[in-house]
Amino acid sequence: MNIDYSKVNKITINKSLKLDCGSVLEKFDVAYETYGQLDDSKSNAILVFHALSGDQFVTGTNKVTGKNGWWNSVVGPNLSIDTNKYYVICANVLGGCMGSTGPKEINPKTNEPYGLTFPVITIRDMVSAQVHLLDFLGIKKTLSVLGGSMGGMQALQFCSLFPNRTFSAVPIACAASHSAQNIAFNELARQAIMADPNWDSGNYFLNGKTPRNGLAVARMAGHISYLSEQGLQNKFGRRLQEGEGLNFSFDADFQVESYLKYQGYAFVDRFDANSYLYITRAMDYFDLYKLNNGDLSKAFKDTKVKFCIISFSTDWLYPTEESKKIVIALNSIGAQVSFVNIITNNGHDSFLVEEPEFFQTLKGFLDSTYEDFKNENSR
Amino acid sequence: MKIQDDVLAGLIDINSRILDVGCGDGNLLLYLKKSKRIDGRGLEINQKYVQECLGKGLAVIEGDAEKDLINYPNRSFDVAILNQAIQQFYEPRKVLNELLRIAQKAIITIPNFGYWKVRLNLLFKGTMPVTKTLPHSWYNTPNLHMSSIKDFYHLCNLDNIKVIKSISISSNKMSDITSNNLEIKNLVSELGVFVLSK
Repeated sequence: MNIDYSKVNKITINKSLKLDCGSVLEKFDVAYETYGQLDDSKSNAILVFHALSGDQFVTGTNKVTGKNGWWNSVVGPNLSIDTNKYYVICANVLGGCMGSTGPKEINPKTNEPYGLTFPVITIRDMVSAQVHLLDFLGIKKTLSVLGGSMGGMQALQFCSLFPNRTFSAVPIACAASHSAQNIAFNELARQAIMADPNWDSGNYFLNGKTPRNGLAVARMAGHISYLSEQGLQNKFGRRLQEGEGLNFSFDADFQVESYLKYQGYAFVDRFDANSYLYITRAMDYFDLYKLNNGDLSKAFKDTKVKFCIISFSTDWLYPTEESKKIVIALNSIGAQVSFVNIITNNGHDSFLVEEPEFFQTLKGFLDSTYEDFKNENSR
Repeated sequence: MKIQDDVLAGLIDINSRILDVGCGDGNLLLYLKKSKRIDGRGLEINQKYVQECLGKGLAVIEGDAEKDLINYPNRSFDVAILNQAIQQFYEPRKVLNELLRIAQKAIITIPNFGYWKVRLNLLFKGTMPVTKTLPHSWYNTPNLHMSSIKDFYHLCNLDNIKVIKSISISSNKMSDITSNNLEIKNLVSELGVFVLSK
């Protein structure tokens, strides 16, 4: 599949960005999309952070892949994040592969793609890069920053680093640090990519090959972790692909096998394998507890941000307990925090699928917060 | 009940930090936010109610007071409100003492089981009382630990809890409860409101 990246909007930030690893990017690109109109008082901007496999094409049609935006169920006219009302911004993360500076892009110093010479980045680096986009768009303070999974981690990190740049935040299905299980799943994905001979120590772009099999297996492992046991059982059970009985072979007999293969190989066409290594690493390094000497509440000291934390009952990747820890930390310092745990069978994927209680919670919070923010701005 | 909200608002200082435990649809918090400019927080077990509160711009956590109050720091609120909910806990005494750890003052309202209509119900009908403030049948009531105003006083004495003020509400009228009129107020009050500290 030939992918045309010429339709990607991007800005080049001609300022150096000092990364957590110590390296410095002399300049960098931020690829982004916006939806809706910024209102006169600039009170309606919402910065959405995407998750591991997402990109800046939140809703509508992805201009590069031609597929639906990844949050079509949530962002759009009259939806929970109503684009008739709000100005929605989403940037491709640093280290990503949809136009922002990352391992796939050309290193200006060598005129070759970075590959594994790209520095290891962190969630903090991603967020620091995106603040420059807000500056470019002339937005001093967003109505809200929000996202699910790694997007939620970025929202937490944003509020910790730039408490005065947002009025509210909605971290969804996330945690303030990666657990051993989270790291283990990511390591499985990385090892799958690196075990593919086509990966060629990260230099596959030099010979025009891609580590398709490795990346597909990495994505399959991810997909298992995104669904709950019950959700997977309800969706596929032991149903067979052909319906005629077992084939006594290693082809895909079961529907669940065929689903995983489809998801795995569909991903390969749109995602860069090295990017997957870098982004999963950034997630693993995320630890707001450690950054604050074990006291998470210090990450948000004196915060004025209104938080709405949302978790899903069958999310075993970022369990409800992890969200509750964030709630307790915020509550202990008197922050304005709300919390809802949505009861569902859809596991971690819940924030991406049809989940009416989640939609309603998000909409109620954003709409009432918008009224408060407008009042604050008109004072 | 409008009078009840007014009575509660009358007991709360402007700009104070309030925790409403079992805040329901959030209307009391909203009323206090408007009338007393409070910095309010809610804790509510029913998700539908939490969603309603978020839609009203209130900061409310979905949770179970019996499990979650332990996570609130000492003296982090001026006032903790428990509005007609104490009778629904498994361990009301523990919840009461937790509230007095978290807040300087607690305001507790109870449906009074000593109210004469409640007493007559059981005395003459021989069935568990069903009244305006106790609308459930015995088999579906959420109320596990009913008490009278007098009973509640006894618990406060037992746990060295200071009753700063107590108010009787009946037929939309309020009056003070004192040690002199306790017997009669225990008979004529539909609701008791207690301002407590420790």
